[in-house]
Amino acid sequence: GQPVRLYVKGALVGYKGSKVNQYHHTSLVKVQGLADSKDGDFYLGKRVAYVYKGKNSKRNPRTGEQSNLRVIWGRVTRTHGRSGVVRAKFRSNLPPKSLGGTVRIMLY
Amino acid sequence: RAGRVERSGAVQNRSGQQLQCRESRSVVKKDKMSSRNPMLIKGVRTYGRSKAYSRKQQWKHEKKEGPKKKERTPKTSVLRQRYVPAERVPKRLKSNLTIKKRKTVLKKGIQPGSVLIVLSGRFMGSRVVFLKQLDSGLLLVTGPYKVNGVPIRRINQAYVIATSTTVDISGVKIPEHIDDKYFARVKNAKEGEEGFFSNQEKINPEWLAKRKEDQKAVDTGIVAAIEKVELLDTYLKTKFTLKNGQAPHAMKF
Repeated sequence: GQPVRLYVKGALVGYKGSKVNQYHHTSLVKVQGLADSKDGDFYLGKRVAYVYKGKNSKRNPRTGEQSNLRVIWGRVTRTHGRSGVVRAKFRSNLPPKSLGGTVRIMLY
Repeated sequence: RAGRVERSGAVQNRSGQQLQCRESRSVVKKDKMSSRNPMLIKGVRTYGRSKAYSRKQQWKHEKKEGPKKKERTPKTSVLRQRYVPAERVPKRLKSNLTIKKRKTVLKKGIQPGSVLIVLSGRFMGSRVVFLKQLDSGLLLVTGPYKVNGVPIRRINQAYVIATSTTVDISGVKIPEHIDDKYFARVKNAKEGEEGFFSNQEKINPEWLAKRKEDQKAVDTGIVAAIEKVELLDTYLKTKFTLKNGQAPHAMKF
């Protein structure tokens, strides 16, 4: 039927880093609509999906369909700073290509 | 047994005669008996089992088999066992031996009749009515089917948001046979390769008829309760979706 959106959009701001280093195991996500870190507790533990397209279509193991769409799943681990940014860890580190891209923060 | 005690001169025998006691060569008054099998280092005795047996002359003290008492299996540590396996066999943790199945605690706000928003799966976004919690911990929900097309279904409470809206289902009796086994996958009648390649879309008509019957039995009472409340049927028909500008952390469900 009608398409429904049951996830919150997030922007991939970058990787966790310090002055000289970058830690690719943790990505930073700016959650749309989140301005403070105190409201960010709602998102802790929520699953995050980085959806992207590949050149070759692959079979989705669950539905059996062939699709170009691929996902890297992760979870929101903690808040980051005070302005609505959140840290997320994915099953495999996100590629640098993903920076600036969108990520889906599910409600579960 | 007490150790050898120092004896001074005055000792009497049974008839009362004083006897001279030969001073023992090694007279040691001890509170405890010196061990016949002293420890070399902690946990290791000087003599092994068989040697210690002969030194203690245990054959003298061995009790003969009396009437059989109740057999008790004492808890023995590895060190007290007669046979210790060469490779250490890990022992199961006590907590694993008796896995008590504790019922999953329902999230706050989920009560029979609560309207829930399904977050994932085929019926993503649908608002459904919660009926009861099954033994497996999963929630039993229904659309109702006539309202929004969601049949009697099981769902995990992790994939659900509880809303404050409730439907009065106090008058509804859920059939007893609808439990976890009811939702088990229907095995294909044809076994083996033939069954695997046969058209798995074909559903057993008997099974389907029964499902429809159960759906009606559950839903009639709920639909009646829904129609009493204004706009509740439209509410359940509408799917939940997020729009631009909406943030779930700021929403009250």
